Amino acid sequence: MTPAVAAGAEGGAVHYAAASGAFSLSWLLIALPLAGAAVLLLGGKRTDKFGHVVGTVAALASFVVGLVIFFTLVGRDGSDRAVSQHLFSWIPVNGFQVDAGLLVDQLSVVFVLLITGVGTLIHIYSIGYMAHDPGRRKFFAYMNLFLASMLLLVLGNNFLALYAGWELVGLSSFLLIKFWEYKPAAATAANKAFYMNRVGDVGLAIAIMFMFGTLGSTNYDHVFTAAAGGAIGHGTITAIALLLLLGACGKSGQFPLQAWLPDAMEGPTPISALIHAATMVTAGVYLIARSAPVFNETQAARTVVVIIGAVTILIGCVIGCAYDDIKKVLAYSTVSQIGYMFLAVGLGPAGYALGIAHLLAHGFFKAGLFLGSGSVIHAMDDEQDMRRYGGLWKYMKVTWVTFGLGYLAIIGCPPFSGFFTKDKIIETAFDKGGTSGYILGIVALLGAGITAFYMTRLFLMTFHGKARWSHEGADAKHPHESPTTMTGPMILLAIGSVAAGALFVVGGTLQDWLAPVVGEHGEADHVLSPTVLTLLTLVVSAGGLAGAVLRYQLRPVDAVAKPDAAVSPLTVAARHDLYANTFNEAAFMIPGNYLVRFLVWFDKIIIDGLVGGTAATIGGLSGRLRRTQTGYVRTYALSMLGGTILVVGALLLVRAG
Amino acid sequence: MSAAPVVLAASSATTVAPIQTPHVEYSSISPLLIVLGLAFAGILVEAFAASEARRRIQPVLAFAGFAAAFIAVVLLHSRRATLVSGALAIDGPTLFLEGTILLFGLFAVLLVAERRLDSSGGAIVASASVTPGAAGSTAMQTSKEVQTEAYPLLAFSVSGMLMFVASNNLLVMFVALEILSLPLYLLAGLARRRRLLSQEAAMKYFLLGAFSSAFFLYGLAMIYGYAGTVRLGAIADAAGSASANDTYLYLGMGLLAVGFFFKIGAAPFHSWTPDVYQGSPTPVTAFMAAATKVAAFGGLLRVFYVAFGGLRWDWRPVIWGVAILTMAIGAVLALTQRDIKRMLAYSAIAHAGFLLVGLAAANTDGLSGSMFYLVTYGFTTIAAFAVVSLVRTGDGEASDLSQWQGLGRTSPWLAGIFAFLLLALAGIPLTSGFTGKFAVFQSAIEGDATPLVVIALVCSAIAAFFYVRVIVLMFFSDPPADGPVVVTRPSLTYATVGVGALVTLLLGVAPQPLLDLASHAAASGFVR
Repeated sequence: MTPAVAAGAEGGAVHYAAASGAFSLSWLLIALPLAGAAVLLLGGKRTDKFGHVVGTVAALASFVVGLVIFFTLVGRDGSDRAVSQHLFSWIPVNGFQVDAGLLVDQLSVVFVLLITGVGTLIHIYSIGYMAHDPGRRKFFAYMNLFLASMLLLVLGNNFLALYAGWELVGLSSFLLIKFWEYKPAAATAANKAFYMNRVGDVGLAIAIMFMFGTLGSTNYDHVFTAAAGGAIGHGTITAIALLLLLGACGKSGQFPLQAWLPDAMEGPTPISALIHAATMVTAGVYLIARSAPVFNETQAARTVVVIIGAVTILIGCVIGCAYDDIKKVLAYSTVSQIGYMFLAVGLGPAGYALGIAHLLAHGFFKAGLFLGSGSVIHAMDDEQDMRRYGGLWKYMKVTWVTFGLGYLAIIGCPPFSGFFTKDKIIETAFDKGGTSGYILGIVALLGAGITAFYMTRLFLMTFHGKARWSHEGADAKHPHESPTTMTGPMILLAIGSVAAGALFVVGGTLQDWLAPVVGEHGEADHVLSPTVLTLLTLVVSAGGLAGAVLRYQLRPVDAVAKPDAAVSPLTVAARHDLYANTFNEAAFMIPGNYLVRFLVWFDKIIIDGLVGGTAATIGGLSGRLRRTQTGYVRTYALSMLGGTILVVGALLLVRAG
Repeated sequence: MSAAPVVLAASSATTVAPIQTPHVEYSSISPLLIVLGLAFAGILVEAFAASEARRRIQPVLAFAGFAAAFIAVVLLHSRRATLVSGALAIDGPTLFLEGTILLFGLFAVLLVAERRLDSSGGAIVASASVTPGAAGSTAMQTSKEVQTEAYPLLAFSVSGMLMFVASNNLLVMFVALEILSLPLYLLAGLARRRRLLSQEAAMKYFLLGAFSSAFFLYGLAMIYGYAGTVRLGAIADAAGSASANDTYLYLGMGLLAVGFFFKIGAAPFHSWTPDVYQGSPTPVTAFMAAATKVAAFGGLLRVFYVAFGGLRWDWRPVIWGVAILTMAIGAVLALTQRDIKRMLAYSAIAHAGFLLVGLAAANTDGLSGSMFYLVTYGFTTIAAFAVVSLVRTGDGEASDLSQWQGLGRTSPWLAGIFAFLLLALAGIPLTSGFTGKFAVFQSAIEGDATPLVVIALVCSAIAAFFYVRVIVLMFFSDPPADGPVVVTRPSLTYATVGVGALVTLLLGVAPQPLLDLASHAAASGFVR
């Protein structure tokens, strides 16, 4: 029995303090970026000139409020750090009461800092990145809208508020992926993201309906108290957990709903960094960690979570090796890293905090990597194919260094952040014990090795080796370092990549901090000694790194990828996203198209036919009956007589009967 | 066996008692007396005033008279009694319906008095007796003269209606029926334009009306044969006591019902309606559609609730059948009409069917719902016909639907109001048509007539088609090159349209005061 379950059985009831002081300002967190979005969208062209400033200031102000709240929370007693603020009665129908309220606690506040902090940096970066884009104001408006939505998602004190935020981030994500909607690929990618997210969202919606159905409330305190107290049937709670997981998989690009995330890279690079790497796609992890009391009650759902995590790690890694598009590789790397987080939170109380720690560390280094890639793409005139890069370190030193730090963090090189967080996850996977523990541990270990391989490949192909571009000719490139607005955030994120891991993990800082929310982590029985495991991880990662160096540093890289016929079947499969799209197309899209065609046919022939037929029949009847209206009084009199006989006859009949 | 009473009667004749003259409560029948007085005063004006003066005096006189009678009704609001030896009744339903009839009478006066519509003035012909096609008949159409007898005729008809809804005695009711009908036959023939159609309408209305009156009278005789009385309360008592041969009762009830069905335009006694509505002068059509329906329905309600109230399980199936047939015929036949007045006539038939649904409910809510419905329908239909009278070509009203194409572009305000009125007739929410239907249907559901309500809703859906088709025609078609002209500044008609549309809106948004009034009137029931 895990400690958290024990704690649940003893204490059980979840209680939040009422908001006062700085906490009563928590609504400002959401309101500030929302106001920014409103000003920019309603202000229209008048705000074109200073729109980016408004957006950035709104994000920064929200970050400052977040900091104030964070430090107030730190100053509080450990058991008193969950503060709920009732805002207004949302749905005050008798028997259906929904209050809108916010919850500031240890979990939400770290998310607030991540979202507003990274968000502010990316706002600043975008000032430079989008400087020449005619739609810059709209871009900042949507980013502010995203911030507000994402903050609502993590700050709501009930599942309905979370759902509202969930849908709104989906909307902002959609708007930003298709920001360059004149590109057909961007428009298609936005639609794809939207559809695939819907699949997950339906799961979340049904989970919430289940809660309403069984508990009549979606407030976290009610739901979690009921879950921990065993007030929900086992079948129901498993169903709720699995449906929540479906929602999480959709939003976080996890197997089997991972295919939209790489395509979403069609959006501007700051968006890829903010939404599709650092914050929104980790909402699934947040959802599971937040619903820890629910998942604690159901082993079955947790098993599904770890399986999905493990499968996704491998999928992401394998495909990441095959792509030449720098952003696609990073996208699959995101998929795979979130797989690690899912694996961690699926391991139960031992892993929730680790999952969140990896999430935060990932938020820094992956945002940094994306911003770095954006800087490179900017420098290379929007070229994204790594085979046309090479030797760029000479031309953009800041990007090279910051990107390199992020790269070291993601492959788990000590003492960078990824080392601490990923290492811990691998360790906890092994600690699960039994065959399943070994399988999960080995998958995680293998993932670390492959990650090292493809990230090294990316790094080397981009910054080292021979330049596979030229200064001259029609296709001439003039790589240059990016402006300060872009390099500044990159530097800050790089510092985060370096430091975050140790800060969170060493000494269990984050675990202790989050314990009241997700449960005590306890002291696990180690299957393998942590030292041995760490060494093993380092060896595997070094192996991957060495493989990549051998292949891509010591041998020349072709400027054009080999055709499918000349590479291994696995590479071909990976180049085709392991046939995920093909599968989706065959399993869902084509049957869906046929269904739609059938429905259109059904609507046209049957429904319209019925309606039109009825109308035609009545019309025809009308035309025929009209002829009884001859205009002759004698006919009218006859019909009256007939009617009289009918009426009188009917009355006599009724009387007789 | 039956000789004994005869002998008794004969012997009592020898000691004949002095005939008792009934005590007349003049104040309680003051609305009726005022309107009758008005009618006679109108005749005197016709006889003695110059034609120019008549044209000015008559409308004012009629309007003032109806208004005075309405005030009298209001003053009598709490009076509940039988009057004139039980011949008349004054009670909640009577007063409610009398007030309604008088309000519609006021609007009829406004519409008849409108003289800015036609270049020559008014919807009433200068001289009705000139044969169409004869020398001078076209001159009659453009003459500035009008047949001002229309006003006293209107007053007589209203007096008959007031008496009809108050009758507590079948014989009085028959007399009232004739008083209300005969002036209408004449009024139907007074249209200024399309004289032949108008005279044909008057002729048809008269013949068929006489035919139906005969049925009514025959039914009355049967009832008397069964019950030995013509008083409604006494008939109810007789029907309640077990009797060996009640065939006469049922025969009589059926024949009386036919008389009512004819007047309200229920199928299969509706055939006169489209022809008469089309041929009559539009103000008269509006008056007939609103006020006649109120009066006929008032009488029908009283007879069936008071005299035959104990037999409701026997007459309900028949009412069901007639209601279904009426709704279906009204809705279906309206679909293929090309003339706007005929379309509104079929709409009136369908509405009679909806009203019968309220009667089929056979409960107090059904009574109040029907009365409420009569008010809502009356205001809407008067306003609708008033709009029809405004859209004209060089030779009269543009009654063909094709001429209404694109009216929404040329006269957006008028077309908008007409569209609103059509939506009310269709029963769309936020109009009085919806609240009225809701009141009636709800009472029918409470009265275990749910299948009937379902059929009524289906018919409403069919009916909605042709109302909306006119709206589509007005707003989504291009106006024809030689389209009709909307007459400018006909203030009296505008007032009627405005008030009608306003009431339609108000009763759709805030129907509660009138609903309360109707249910208050219905709660005290009919006096016997």
